[in-house]
Amino acid sequence: MTINLATSYLTLAAILFCIGLFGALTKRNAVIVLLSIEVMLNAVVLNLIAFSKYGIVPSITGQIFSLFTIVVAAAGAAVGVAILIALFRNRGTSDITEMNELKH
Amino acid sequence: MPSFLTGELAAFFIFALLIIGGAIFMISFTKVVHMVVSLAFTFLSLGGVYVILEAEFVAFVQILIYAGAVSILMIFGIMLTKHEEVETEQPWTKQETLSAIGCAALFGILFFAIQDTTLPDATDFDPGQDNTLAIGERLFTEWVLPFELVSLLLTVAFIGAIVLARREEGK
Repeated sequence: MTINLATSYLTLAAILFCIGLFGALTKRNAVIVLLSIEVMLNAVVLNLIAFSKYGIVPSITGQIFSLFTIVVAAAGAAVGVAILIALFRNRGTSDITEMNELKH
Repeated sequence: MPSFLTGELAAFFIFALLIIGGAIFMISFTKVVHMVVSLAFTFLSLGGVYVILEAEFVAFVQILIYAGAVSILMIFGIMLTKHEEVETEQPWTKQETLSAIGCAALFGILFFAIQDTTLPDATDFDPGQDNTLAIGERLFTEWVLPFELVSLLLTVAFIGAIVLARREEGK
């Protein structure tokens, strides 16, 4: 019996992505929603690195792409937290169900 | 010990358990600070998986950026907003049920797609004698333009974050 390791890494990334998606859809605190999005991005990075070793053409380019993804994710997290703090100062809430000004 | 249980596989299973455990605890905890700490566990273990995949430089970037910077940033975000908040135990709403069904369906599709795919036998991956050196050489020759662009993006994003979070004058 042999276990295909590439498949295991892809499955792990799929599980992580789905948990992140569920957290982003159901959590009420905006900071946790941001963090769930980071988890989804991390699943993508895991896929990139798994394919950089087990893909058809193994190459270090996958790792370089994963670095770019991490940078963009970090920039997104910083701007997201800044928006949350500004919103909290103006509205006094960090509950995403109360952030619905665009609706009315 | 069965023959298929190699060291790589054993390490992978331990780290996978830690990753999924951290994420599941994030879903089930009610205090927001606890959620961030359990996700920090997930990020740290992902660094371990990257080491197994021979991506040492990315592993340490992961630990520095995610387990270090992003987790701390999120804890700051919680402390600057409502840090006493506890997610109240509410009855399972319709939205949560729909989300759970949707996520499970997505996972099912992904799982069967992954199982169906026959990946070719990988040719040997050459991470280079020194992983950091190899990444640096590629980054500053082939990928130098994206590298400069991403540094510009980071600068713009951080200036934007400071401007957004700054208290406005005369308020």
